[in-house]
Amino acid sequence: MAHDFENILAASDFCKYFPGSTALDHVNFSLRRGEVHALLGENGAGKSTLIKCMTGAYRPDAGTLVLDGAEINPHDTLAAQKLGIGTVYQEVNLLPNLSVAENLFLGRQPRQFGLVSTRKMNAQARALLAQYGMDIDVGRQLDRFSVAIQQVIAIARAVDLSGKVLILDEPTASLDTQEVAMLFGIIRDLKKRGLGIIFITHFLEQVFEISDRITVLRNGKLVGTRDRAGLERQGLIEMMLGRELAAVEAEERQTQDTAGPVKYRFQNFGKRGKIKPFDLDVRAGEVVGVAGLLGSGRTETAEVLFGVEHADSGEATVDGQPLALSSPRAAIKGGFGFCPEDRKTDGIIGDLSIRENIVVALQARRGWARPLSRSEQNSIADRYIKALDIRTTDREKPIRLLSGGNQQKAILARWLATNPSFLILDEPTRGIDVGAHAEIIHLIEDLCKQGMSLIVISSELDELVAYSTRVIVLRDREHIAELTGADISANRIIESIAGTSSKKEDA
Amino acid sequence: MTSSFRAPLLRLAPQLIALAAILLLNFIMFPQFFHLEIQNGRLYGSLIDVLNRGAPVALLAIGMTLVIATKGIDLSVGAVIAICGAVAASSIVAGNSVGYTLVLALGTGLLCGIWNGFLVAVLDIQPIIATLVLMVAGRGIAQLVTEGIIMTFNNEGFIFFGSGSILGLPMPVVIWILAGIVITLLVRRTALGMLVEAIGINRRASTLSGIQTPILLMAVYALSGLCASIAGIIVAADIKGADANNAGLWLELDAILAVVVGGNSLLGGRFSIVGSLLGAMIIQSVNTGILLSGFPPEFNLVIKAVIVIIILVIQSPALKSVGVFFSRRPERQLDVPKPEIQREAAK
Repeated sequence: MAHDFENILAASDFCKYFPGSTALDHVNFSLRRGEVHALLGENGAGKSTLIKCMTGAYRPDAGTLVLDGAEINPHDTLAAQKLGIGTVYQEVNLLPNLSVAENLFLGRQPRQFGLVSTRKMNAQARALLAQYGMDIDVGRQLDRFSVAIQQVIAIARAVDLSGKVLILDEPTASLDTQEVAMLFGIIRDLKKRGLGIIFITHFLEQVFEISDRITVLRNGKLVGTRDRAGLERQGLIEMMLGRELAAVEAEERQTQDTAGPVKYRFQNFGKRGKIKPFDLDVRAGEVVGVAGLLGSGRTETAEVLFGVEHADSGEATVDGQPLALSSPRAAIKGGFGFCPEDRKTDGIIGDLSIRENIVVALQARRGWARPLSRSEQNSIADRYIKALDIRTTDREKPIRLLSGGNQQKAILARWLATNPSFLILDEPTRGIDVGAHAEIIHLIEDLCKQGMSLIVISSELDELVAYSTRVIVLRDREHIAELTGADISANRIIESIAGTSSKKEDA
Repeated sequence: MTSSFRAPLLRLAPQLIALAAILLLNFIMFPQFFHLEIQNGRLYGSLIDVLNRGAPVALLAIGMTLVIATKGIDLSVGAVIAICGAVAASSIVAGNSVGYTLVLALGTGLLCGIWNGFLVAVLDIQPIIATLVLMVAGRGIAQLVTEGIIMTFNNEGFIFFGSGSILGLPMPVVIWILAGIVITLLVRRTALGMLVEAIGINRRASTLSGIQTPILLMAVYALSGLCASIAGIIVAADIKGADANNAGLWLELDAILAVVVGGNSLLGGRFSIVGSLLGAMIIQSVNTGILLSGFPPEFNLVIKAVIVIIILVIQSPALKSVGVFFSRRPERQLDVPKPEIQREAAK
């Protein structure tokens, strides 16, 4: 075997088969010392299977794994960790109710006279975190800290335990811009220390910012490994999708000012402690974008509009008729639909089948005594599985087994089945792959053309700019600006959020 | 049509096998077990005894299944049996008609269930605490109703519900089978079953989808109270009196056990009433078998516990993964090292 000094980790000819599908088909992957290697692909491309095979969570059906020149065959994640391969997942898997120091040294606490020495442990924890430029109270409970800090603590633990290879599985999914910058600083430091870092993300900007090389997988096959230098965004997306680039990126912004008369009017609408009273008019067939930082009142706006939070001021009218939005049920009766931000906790009903998840809102509106027959349910589910291209082998599969993008489509289908006229989408494209992303944006545009009114909350400004007729900007739980027409651009939105442009109190 | 029957049958296979195994064990220990005979137009035999004695737990298990499907639990059902038994007995003793007494007892159970539902759905109290209130207070209420004495009565019409028979089957058996069929049809022929499962799996997402979560929760607890009151009527009619202290004692635990043995998760969601009823019959077969086998009574509870543990272990997901682990082992020997191909490095 040729000794390979350049690569710290090399997987060759990895194959992994699951019943009925090939998750990895002769995939080669190599990681150099001191590089950040981005691993990209749509959901279901085989990224996580590859990672799991390298960290011992799965055993590859064929192929070899070489770490530091020696072939390894970790049979579980603990073994891989001991060999030097550490992983940090998107949902930080630390223990929120233990202290930072306990989390760092869990299972290997420093002992004195056979007892855990908290003092020693805290000192070591402080020293460890100092390497990452962090000075925090290590005795405090972990969940008192932000997700970003928890992420760093998870990285510190993984590097301290393993120290050769660090795998970051979507570490930035729930971080804001500054936190991402901090995390990237830490990644660059680790790179200098010679670690090989595998970085999985959906954010292409971040890929271009941090990575040295990029490997793309598609349908379990290796598409290629490229140096970042010299790789165009367009080329990368083409590698990932394997088809002509999704129109989102290229499409010129086209505002339809053809929207009809004002249909939904919310006047002085608000709830104390949630969102300051605001006025909002929505026409039939228009998309109103909502922009703002996390915590600016975006989700609160959606919840007040949908009756999740009962508005304590103002009134809502539809076509001039007053509408009491006292509960989601009342809102649904008024033709509203709401895709919440947190798919897992607020959206999907995990153990129910895709079919049941799609029909549940329609069934709830009909009432329990008027059940949809099984054949009606089947035809509704099949119709939307086809129309929205929900990728599943079977409509009876529990929805929790679907990928994020397909879950999101199923929730959209749940509302479309109720034939709504007013749809509120809270971060409809968060955490889903590029392909599904483009499809959902097309869907938003289609629905709007059909005359539906939409409110779309998104932190992806380019996306908002692409489909919004108007954009509402929020800051500090207040609607501070409304951009229309030519004013809608990512720059203008950022200016409004930052408060650098003159405030416009739009009517 | 066949496929729509095969799926539930497959789902209930562990319960059916367990029940068959225990019945077989009973038969081996007591060869007379399957012997049936007709006396005075009524079937007698150990098998009928199992169905008959199991009636209260079976009835409780029906309501409990739905409560547990919503991720809840109802600890008060044993006490509700005592309350409803006391109400029925005192009504009969006071000379009321059987019809009036039944309505009164059933209404009392419904009221108890609505109270539980109110605490859980409206005040948002954890179900285990909310129903503990009535579990503790219930026997006191029953004693207040009976004024602290064991009330007895001798009303043929009412006693019929405990020891009468229809078409040779004891009345309690007819009642629980009928209740099982009616409620299964109620939840499966309407959308109720799916909505209840949705609430149990994800209450918030269900509310956001427009399901009337509080009303359905109330309804489920009310139904559990109603089932308990039917059980209370049977128990009172059977002993021809009301014993506020002992009627339905610990039956809530047997009912929960029946639901779990029936393959339903305490975490809520998917449920099977038929499974729970099979669970109730499994428990009663164990009880009857132990009695018939002539073990000293002090062994009874221990033997029962051992059998329950065996059934639960067989059902546990952990055992399944152990099974997969063992069945996978031969695969490992296929891990023959392959010559290293440095395709990637050549790039």
